[in-house]
Amino acid sequence: MLQTAGRKGTSTPGKAAPHKRYLEAFRWMLQTRIFEEKLTSLYRGGLITGGVYVGRGQEAVSAACGMFLKKGDVFAPLIRDQAGRAAFGEPLLDVARTYLGSRQGPMRGRDGNIHRGRPRAGQLAMISHLGAMIPVVVGTLLAKRMKGEKDFVGLTTIGEGGMQTGATHEGMNIAAVEGVPFVLVATNNHYAYSTPNDREFVCADLVDRAPAYGYEGRSLDGTDLSECLDVIGGAVERARAGGPPQLVVASTLRLAGHGEHDDASYVAAEIKGEDFARDSLQRAEEFIKEEGLADADTLAQWRADATAQVNEAVSTAQEEAAPDGNEEDWSAISTRTLTDRIS
Amino acid sequence: MSVSYLEAIREAQAHLLREDKRVFIYGQDISGNFGGAFKATKGLAAEFPGRVLNTPISEDAMVGTAIGAALEGMRPIVEMQFADFSSIALNQILNNAGTQYWRTNIPCPITVRLPSGGTKGSGPFHSQSMEGIYAHYPGLIVMTPATVEDAYTMLIDAVAIDDPVIYCEHKYLYYHLKADELPKNRLPIGQARVVRPGRDLSIVTYSVMVHEALAAAEELRADGFEVDVVDLRTVKPLDTDTVLASVARTGRLLCVGESFPWGGVTAEVIARVATEGFHLLDAAPARLNAKDTPIPYHPNLWSEHRPNENSIAKKARQILAE
Ligand SMILES: Cc1ncc(C[n+]2csc(CCOP(=O)(O)OP(=O)(O)O)c2C)c(N)n1
Repeated sequence: MLQTAGRKGTSTPGKAAPHKRYLEAFRWMLQTRIFEEKLTSLYRGGLITGGVYVGRGQEAVSAACGMFLKKGDVFAPLIRDQAGRAAFGEPLLDVARTYLGSRQGPMRGRDGNIHRGRPRAGQLAMISHLGAMIPVVVGTLLAKRMKGEKDFVGLTTIGEGGMQTGATHEGMNIAAVEGVPFVLVATNNHYAYSTPNDREFVCADLVDRAPAYGYEGRSLDGTDLSECLDVIGGAVERARAGGPPQLVVASTLRLAGHGEHDDASYVAAEIKGEDFARDSLQRAEEFIKEEGLADADTLAQWRADATAQVNEAVSTAQEEAAPDGNEEDWSAISTRTLTDRIS
Repeated sequence: MSVSYLEAIREAQAHLLREDKRVFIYGQDISGNFGGAFKATKGLAAEFPGRVLNTPISEDAMVGTAIGAALEGMRPIVEMQFADFSSIALNQILNNAGTQYWRTNIPCPITVRLPSGGTKGSGPFHSQSMEGIYAHYPGLIVMTPATVEDAYTMLIDAVAIDDPVIYCEHKYLYYHLKADELPKNRLPIGQARVVRPGRDLSIVTYSVMVHEALAAAEELRADGFEVDVVDLRTVKPLDTDTVLASVARTGRLLCVGESFPWGGVTAEVIARVATEGFHLLDAAPARLNAKDTPIPYHPNLWSEHRPNENSIAKKARQILAE
C-alpha cells in the first residue's frame, strides 16, 4: 500500500508545504540554476578543464534532499545535486574552487567538478562508480549508532541508471539488514547518459522494488517542488524516527546534456512534452506568482542576490593560485612514516 | 584520407561485425545514433541491427553475459565506458573468464575494450591504466596498442583469439594519432616492435608512452645519443626476446609506463632482463611510471604525475651518465 502511495503525483504545488519552506527551497533552486549557468559559460569559454555536470530539471528533488538534513546527518550527493549540497550547507566557494582547480578548495585540485565533499561535515565525496556511496553511508550510520548518537539520518541520491549497479543492490540490502536510518532518493530522469529507460530496467516503476528490499517506497513528480518537499521530508522524518529504510523515486527529465559537452540530441522529441519534462524551477516561480507568495520585486531581488553570491565565489576562486606539481605532497596515505619509497 | 586511432577501432569493429556473424558488441551508450561515450561504435547499431546492444550500468553482469555468450559460441566485444569502471567487473573477468579454459578445457573468447589512460582534467576515476592488474592474473591476454595500425589489426586479432583478451585503448591517442590509411599487414600478436633502432639506451614501453619515448629519443639525439625504442604491443604475452635483443644492442635499459609504480609491467620487464640478461647490462636498469597517488584532476598536477617526454629524457640522461 505504502509502496504505491503518491505514485501518480497528483498533488497541487504548494498545497501541503508551508510557504516559508517552499520559498527557501525555491531560493536554493534559483541559486543553483544561476550557478550552473555560470559554470557552463566558464566551461564554454575554456576556463574549466574536464567537465561540467548540471542538475537542470532536478533542482526541486535535490533541494528537498538537502533541506531536511541537519548537522550530524550524513549526505552523499551525486552528479545533479548542487541544490541539495547548498541547502545542506556546502559553501558556494567549495564548488567554485573545485571546478576551477584552486588549491584552496576542499579537493585542492586533486579531484574536480562534482567529485567533492567534506566528510567531517557529513558530506561525503562521491567517487564516479555509481552505487558505491550507498554502503558507505550505511557504514557511517552504523558507526553513529555504535557510538550512541541519536536522531540522525543518512541520505544519498542516485539516478535510475545507477540503480542498476550491483553496488546499489548490495548497498540497499545491507542498509535494511543493519536497520539503519537510511533514505535513498532515486531520480528517474529517463536517460542514463544516452540510454533510455527500456534498456535500463523493465519493472513499471523503480519504487516497486521497495518492498522486496524491506523499504518503504514512495514515488513523486520531481517537477513539483511541493510534492518533493512533502514526500522527501516525510521519508527523512520516518527514517529518523526509526522507521525502515526509505526509497523515494522521483520522475523528471534531464533538461541538459549528460555533461555540458553533450548536446543530448538523442532525447526523443515526444518525451519533451511529458509532464515529467517540465522545469521545476519555472513551475515553482509561476506558483509563487500565482499565489502571491512573493512579489516581482522580491523575486528580482533574490535573483540579484544569488547572482552576486555566485559571481563572488567564482571571482574569489579565479584569483587563487592553482596547484603546483613541484610543491605537491605526493603521498596518498596519512601515515607518512609508512609512505612507500617507490618512485 | 586519414584515419585516427579511434576510427581504426571503429573500423575494426565494423569489419568484425561484417565478416563474423558470431560477433556482437555489448556496452553502455554504444547503440542508437549515439555510438558510445567516445563514438567508437558510431553508426554500427544502424548498420548491424540487433548486434550493438546498450546495457544497463552493470559492468559485472555485462562481462558475465559476454562469458555466457562466448561459451555458446559467440564472439562478444564488451565496451567499458572507461577502463576505471572495469574494476566492477573484476570478479567476472579474473575469476570466471580467466579460469574458464583451465578448469573446463572450453575456451572463453571474449574481448573487453578498456578506454584507458589519462587525459587533461579527467581525474582519479576516468584516467586509469589497468593492464598491470589484468596481466597479473592467469588466463588473460592483455593488449596495449600504441599506433593506428595496431589499434586496427590487434582488435581484429583479439576477437579471433580463443581466449579472453583485455584490449587497452588509450584515450589520449583517440583523436590526435592519425595514419594515412588502414593497414594491410599485421605483426603477429605477442611480438614487440623496435620502433626506432639505437645503440646507447633501450627504452621499453607501450601504449601512449611510446610517443613520449620517441619524443625523448629525438631530444637525446641532439646530444649524440641513439636510443632504441621498443613498443611491447602486448604486455601479456610479453616479448622478452625482443627486449633482450634490444638490451644486447645498447647495454642500458629504461622501462616506461603510465600506470602506478608498484609492480606492474615495467617491474616485470626489469625483472626479466635482470634475470635473463644480467650480463648484457652496463648500468643498473631503471623504470619510470606515474606517481604512487591517485591520478590528479588539475592539469598542473596531472602533467607531473605521469611520465612525459621531459621526465623520460631526464631519466635517460642519468642512465647514460652511469
Ligand atoms: C559503475 C559506473 N559505470 C559507468 C559510469 C559512467 N557513467 C557516469 S554517469 C552515467 C549515467 C548515469 O545515469 P543515471 O544514474 O541515470 O544518472 P543521471 O546522469 O541520469 O543523473 C554513466 C554511465 C559510472 N559513473 N559508474
